[in-house]
Order: sequence, then C-alpha cells, then structure tokens
Amino acid sequence: MISPVTTCPVAIRIQEDDFDIAREIAVLTKGRTDIGAVVSFSGICRADEDSSDIAALTLEHYPGMAEEEIKRHVDEAMSRWPLSGVTVIHRVGRFEPGQNIVLVLTASQHRRGAFEAGEFLMDYLKTSAPFWKKEESATGTGWVEAHARDDEAAARWTKS
Amino acid sequence: MKVKYFAWVRERVGKAEEIIEPPATVRTVEELIAWLSARSEAYAYAFEKPKVIRTAIDHAHVKADAAIAGAREIAFFPPMTGG
Repeated sequence: MISPVTTCPVAIRIQEDDFDIAREIAVLTKGRTDIGAVVSFSGICRADEDSSDIAALTLEHYPGMAEEEIKRHVDEAMSRWPLSGVTVIHRVGRFEPGQNIVLVLTASQHRRGAFEAGEFLMDYLKTSAPFWKKEESATGTGWVEAHARDDEAAARWTKS
Repeated sequence: MKVKYFAWVRERVGKAEEIIEPPATVRTVEELIAWLSARSEAYAYAFEKPKVIRTAIDHAHVKADAAIAGAREIAFFPPMTGG
C-alpha cells in the first residue's frame, strides 16, 4: 500500500529567548490528523561538567552556517524516516543551570521514526552544528572540550 | 577572501573576522593555516595544533586538503560543543 503523501514543515530557529515546549508541539501539530507521534528532546544547562561545578554556560554560534548545517541534517533525517514535521530551536547567549538550551521536536505517523530521527538530529547537533560552549566556574572560565563519546554517537548513524 | 574565527580560535587570533589575500601558492586549507600561522605569534598560538582546527568553506565543513580557490568565506574553529 502506498502511504499518503504528507507534508513535513521544518522550523529551525537560533535565538536568545527561551522556548515553550508545549507551545512548540501545539504549533507543530495544529490542524494535523496524520501525526501519530511527537518526540521532544530538550537539552538543559547542567550544574556539573566532568565533576566541576558550573555557574553558567555561554553559547556562541556561527550565524548562517549553523542554520544551514542543521537544515542539512534535517533534510537527511527526512530522507531516512517518514517524518511529518521537525522543529529545532537552539538558544545562544548565557545560561545558568536549569535553563533550556536546545529543543528538537520530531513528528511522524509512528513513534519509531520520531524517536530515531530525534536522536539522529541531536547526535549531529552536538558534533557538526557550529556552536561552542564556554563554561564559568569557581576556578574561572574555559571552553568546553568536545567529547569522543559524542563523535562515536554520531558515527553510528553512518554504519549500515 | 573573508576569514572568520570562532570560540578560542577567535580569542587567540584576537579578532572575529578579516579580509586576507594569500598568495597563489597557498592552495589548500592546510596551506592557508600554515600561511596564517607565520603571520604572528597570535596566529601561531591559535593554529599550534592544526589537526584540532575545524574548517568551513562557504558554510560547509571541509577537510584540511580542500582547495580554497573560489572561496568567499573561510571559517576556522575548534571542535563543536553545542546541543
């Protein structure tokens, strides 16, 4: 049976302002009766990073490329899973523990595609989208180092 | 061509962007990094571990052997830590 053609609206935003998860899900699903699953991932500023206490994180990005790089991976996700909608919001600026940093919403007819696409997008957001975190702690400020575990997480999507 | 620097590469170079005119003998990203490194101690410090530096040409990731001919904007930055 041929699946009905569904639209897949894509929203990619980089902003300083906070986001409202419930509102973003409502926008994504408004007027749609073909969506059976929405997966939401939020990344939140944590108070400790590799056992050092963090007072705040500052997120810097490469304007222009960041949006394009996210779009490239959303396009790839749409080619790999039957998605009905994607929202990616990445905040920039200074954040204290407990504050939202990133939101990825993936909608699909069924849960599997929504779960997998969300995980795929987050793995590539971490390793490929041009954002950098600087952390403030009691001992001073310093750039967060990239983790090999994030590269490994992204690499598994290229294995067949 | 325009060159942009981000995160600690920007801090070490001491500027966010600039216009450069490398000689025609500088053909690849790694040759451009070597050419920039020779400009001053600040650049040498920023690019002291060239294998760590990530490069984008016109908003797309490229490898160190990528040709820079025709590039409008080249960006140098550390491994990404967003998300």
